[in-house]
Amino acid sequence: MKLLKSFGLALFIIGFGLFNFSFFWASYQITPDVIHTQISDKKKSELLIHESSSMLNQQFNSNFKFVDELHSAFDRVNQSQVNAFGISAQELDQLVASNSEKFSIASVDSVFKGSDETAAFKQKAFRDYGSWLDGQPTQRAQLQQVADNIRQYGIVSQFGFDRYSIKDLTYSLTKASAISPVKNNPLLYLLLTIGLCVVGALIYIFPKLQLAPGIKNNGIFFNAMKNVKWLGILTGSWLIAFYVVLYFYPEYMTNWVLLVDPVSKMLSGNEAGRFFLYGFIYTLCILVMGVRMIINYRHSKYQILRTCSVMFFQTAFAFLIPEIMIRLNQPYFDFKNIWPLDYSFFFNNRLDTLLANGGLGIFMLVWGIALIIIGVPVFVYFFGKRWYCSWVCGCGGLAETLGDPYRQLSDKSVKAWKAERWIIHSVLVFAVVMTVGVLYTYFTNNSWVLFFDSYKLREIYGAFIGAGFAGVVGTGFYPLMGNRTWCRFGCPLAAYLGIIQRFKSRFRITTNGGQCISCGNCSTYCEMGIDVRWYAQRGQNIVRSSCVGCGVCSSVCPRGVLNLEVKEEDGRFGKPILIGNNHIELVE
Amino acid sequence: MKHIVIIGNGISGITAARHIRKRSNHKITIISGESEYFFSRTALMYVYMGHLKFDHTKPYENNFWKKNKIELVFDWVDKVESTTKSLTLRMKGTIQYDTLIIASGAKPNRFGWPGKDLKGVQGLYHKQDLELMEQNTKGVQHAVLVGGGLIGVEMAEMLLSRNISVTFLVRENAFWSNVLPLQEANLISRHIRSHHVDLRFENELKEIKGDSNGRVQSIVTKSGEEIACQFVGVTVGVSPNISFLKDSGIATARGVLVNEFLETNVPDVYALGDCAERTYELPGRRSIEQVWYTGRMMGEIVAQTICGTKTKYEPGPWFNSAKFFDIEYQTYGQVGNELKAHESEFYWEHSSGTKCVHVIWNTMTREFIGINTFGIRMRHEKFDTWLRAKKSVDFVIEHLAEANFDPEFFTRYEKEIMLQFNEKAVLAH
Ligand SMILES: Cc1cc2nc3c(=O)[nH]c(=O)nc-3n(C[C@H](O)[C@H](O)[C@H](O)COP(=O)(O)OP(=O)(O)OC[C@H]3O[C@@H](n4cnc5c(N)ncnc54)[C@H](O)[C@@H]3O)c2cc1C
Ligand code: SF4
Ligand code: SF4
Repeated sequence: MKLLKSFGLALFIIGFGLFNFSFFWASYQITPDVIHTQISDKKKSELLIHESSSMLNQQFNSNFKFVDELHSAFDRVNQSQVNAFGISAQELDQLVASNSEKFSIASVDSVFKGSDETAAFKQKAFRDYGSWLDGQPTQRAQLQQVADNIRQYGIVSQFGFDRYSIKDLTYSLTKASAISPVKNNPLLYLLLTIGLCVVGALIYIFPKLQLAPGIKNNGIFFNAMKNVKWLGILTGSWLIAFYVVLYFYPEYMTNWVLLVDPVSKMLSGNEAGRFFLYGFIYTLCILVMGVRMIINYRHSKYQILRTCSVMFFQTAFAFLIPEIMIRLNQPYFDFKNIWPLDYSFFFNNRLDTLLANGGLGIFMLVWGIALIIIGVPVFVYFFGKRWYCSWVCGCGGLAETLGDPYRQLSDKSVKAWKAERWIIHSVLVFAVVMTVGVLYTYFTNNSWVLFFDSYKLREIYGAFIGAGFAGVVGTGFYPLMGNRTWCRFGCPLAAYLGIIQRFKSRFRITTNGGQCISCGNCSTYCEMGIDVRWYAQRGQNIVRSSCVGCGVCSSVCPRGVLNLEVKEEDGRFGKPILIGNNHIELVE
Repeated sequence: MKHIVIIGNGISGITAARHIRKRSNHKITIISGESEYFFSRTALMYVYMGHLKFDHTKPYENNFWKKNKIELVFDWVDKVESTTKSLTLRMKGTIQYDTLIIASGAKPNRFGWPGKDLKGVQGLYHKQDLELMEQNTKGVQHAVLVGGGLIGVEMAEMLLSRNISVTFLVRENAFWSNVLPLQEANLISRHIRSHHVDLRFENELKEIKGDSNGRVQSIVTKSGEEIACQFVGVTVGVSPNISFLKDSGIATARGVLVNEFLETNVPDVYALGDCAERTYELPGRRSIEQVWYTGRMMGEIVAQTICGTKTKYEPGPWFNSAKFFDIEYQTYGQVGNELKAHESEFYWEHSSGTKCVHVIWNTMTREFIGINTFGIRMRHEKFDTWLRAKKSVDFVIEHLAEANFDPEFFTRYEKEIMLQFNEKAVLAH
């Protein structure tokens, strides 16, 4: 048994090592062909070819250097376009001269003379950006500002590359320019990296079947991985780095994405994107660690069914069905993802896609909205928020499987509970405000809502909440702060589900009379940081908005004190009095 | 405002303090020499096994006590002088009290075996015992446990979690058969053995032998067998921890003697928990009950009395629970290890041999007397109600499903149990 475990561990380490190695294992060579295929606008691609001539057909061994060079090529394109199309100081002088007192927008036609593209652009741009000056007293500074805005926004997006397209293109150009063994033989390397990890992990896990069914918490607080010791910190750092690269620097991980190209082509027919890679690894983590969870808790049918459920929803709903939708030329859609966790549900591009896709698109839209306004309250009323958080949700699924070894790290202090309520409800408010703004913009075409710019706001939400909180902190901090950091402190959907669970639901955790011995296993292993013992030892039921109903407190309780139950609402909260003692009166 | 001093920060003393605080403004001081803050003794095993850190065993955050104006003194009481109402502490001088609550708990028994003071021989009760066990078991390969109670089986589980093999000497003919009926004792014995414990019945310790460093080397049993081991766990029961009360004027026998109000012979002095010995009868109950729940109940009662509502300690129907490796045990009402003359029994065991239900009732009146359940969780509240209402065994069996407390989706056995019960009833007639 020990030997088998070590063998599995060795395979895993080799696979994981190769995976990390493959991150760097490529050289890059950009060619005009590559540029033409990635940039459909002929003019722009020619410009980039021109400005990147120094790097063309040259082989780079480091992706850092390559990306650097590429960025400067983009900068040069933008600079030359600004030079070509920007309004010069001389032209500004002329504008001032021809508008001696009040500024008239019509004057631009006479200043920017000519029938070429440049003049036409300048005329139009000045009208677009400067019409508000019409009739105002002429001030050079204001005219200068208009010219600057044109430089900064107009020229770059029309004739050059704005920062969004630079981000996307850097990624796709890097991927297309890669020369690596992985590219030539992705399947082989997929097997040698991720494949070995999966096989190794399973071989490591399976021998646990020889242990008798029952709680398997021996040695957790002596373990270097599970107790914020060196291995946990190392793992956390790796995860954090992974998320930072995934969300903010995807151009560096193109070699990893190449690994899963064949899988993606098989499913959707398209090349893999970084989020396909992410979804692929994510699903495998849930499956492999789900097997571990099932083996560990095989004495509990509740845990077995629950784990099977998250494994199923991740594999089918989050991973396979959306890819198949794409293969069928339908919109990418995850039927189980719910706003506001799915914060981009009401973004214009997604609404447009759904509305443009006929019956099915409309169905998806209605389905998504029905889940928010009917599904959530009705299911929470009958089952508690667990129906989503620990049975269906992808974030929850990862937390309950990959994150299970870290559940004991959640902070149980009253302080943490206070912080939790402030933070999570703020995120909910933020999500609602952002979405209302986005919808306002969608219907009115006006991006300025009251005092904020809805585009800016959704960008901030995406970066700080969507990527930073849910990804980097949410998963990266598993080995440091426990497996539900995002679900507990950040998820706006959890906040919404929780409010209903707290105030209108039949779900509760029942305390079994006076049987609690205050041992603290329940609180320690509650991933949501609920001090379950506080309630149990005074004979009170546990009704907390954050409880995701994972059932682990009930599983680990050595005295059979806790039970997740759905019953009539009456008596749900229960009195804080222990039964078994006569003549005791309740004082609060 | 009185000054109430409590000796002992275990569950009894702490419960008393919390309830006095809820009901009054008295000044409360708790003195304990074992640990600065209240922790759950029942969780000590989990600390050794790495399920918990010691901090997790503390049911209240450290600032709870200050917030509730309960003063904690971390020291030993060496002497109690009831005439002057004063206590002498080992380090921090003397303390005056108006009301004294003695909740000093128990200590492990040690009989006069030769070699009982060798290094590597110990019991398990206090936090210090746990720390000692941590040291004593370093590098140990084989351990012998003596005495077959709940703490013994916990120690076995602890040692196995550290890959130390265990020989377990039990005086009786099955594990814990001085408390459990033979059927359950056998079931648990089988389970303990399935965890590779070398469990030996009707076997007693005669002598512990040491090496030249004064460390245990082997033990010799009454049957003359010598077993090599580097650790000996002695779990032959506990007895009240009251030696500091000598010459205090407070009457003691095995424990501190108390009446139904938990009063001692000295006015304004109460005793509760593991150290208290009742001088009055409670049907079917021992005069010293050393379990968590009774300590807690006494704490609730004494608080009521001290705060002006004089209340008798009359616990409701007996209940208890434990866990033996992977099998949970609960009991409600009275199930003795031997059937009494007026009692009848029904025993159901699942084919896996790891779950069972044992029901006892009065043969004549068919009144339900008690139930033991292994591997199936049951609802305390239901049995408490049924026992108080003196329901019949037929009613209990018929409504057993209502008392089930197993998690959702677990296999249910009530039908099977009821069928078997009815079959046996027919046979009996
Ligand atoms: C390992 C173990 C597991 C157990 N498991 C269970 C279980 O599962 N279920 C159950 O019902 N019961 C269990 N018990 C029994 C239960 O823990 C005790 O019945 C209960 O803790 C007694 O509480 P108490 O407050 O009366 O005394 P204690 O908890 O013993 O507290 C008394 C305190 O007073 C201190 N003290 C004593 N003398 C002095 C002095 N002179 N000066 C200062 N301080 C002093 C002691 O050091 C101690 O800290 C277990 C006991 C042990 C040891
Ligand atoms: S209270 Fe229990 S069921 Fe709820 S989240 Fe915590 S461990 Fe899970
Ligand atoms: S795990 Fe069970 S016995 Fe321990 S504190 Fe929690 S409810 Fe009480």
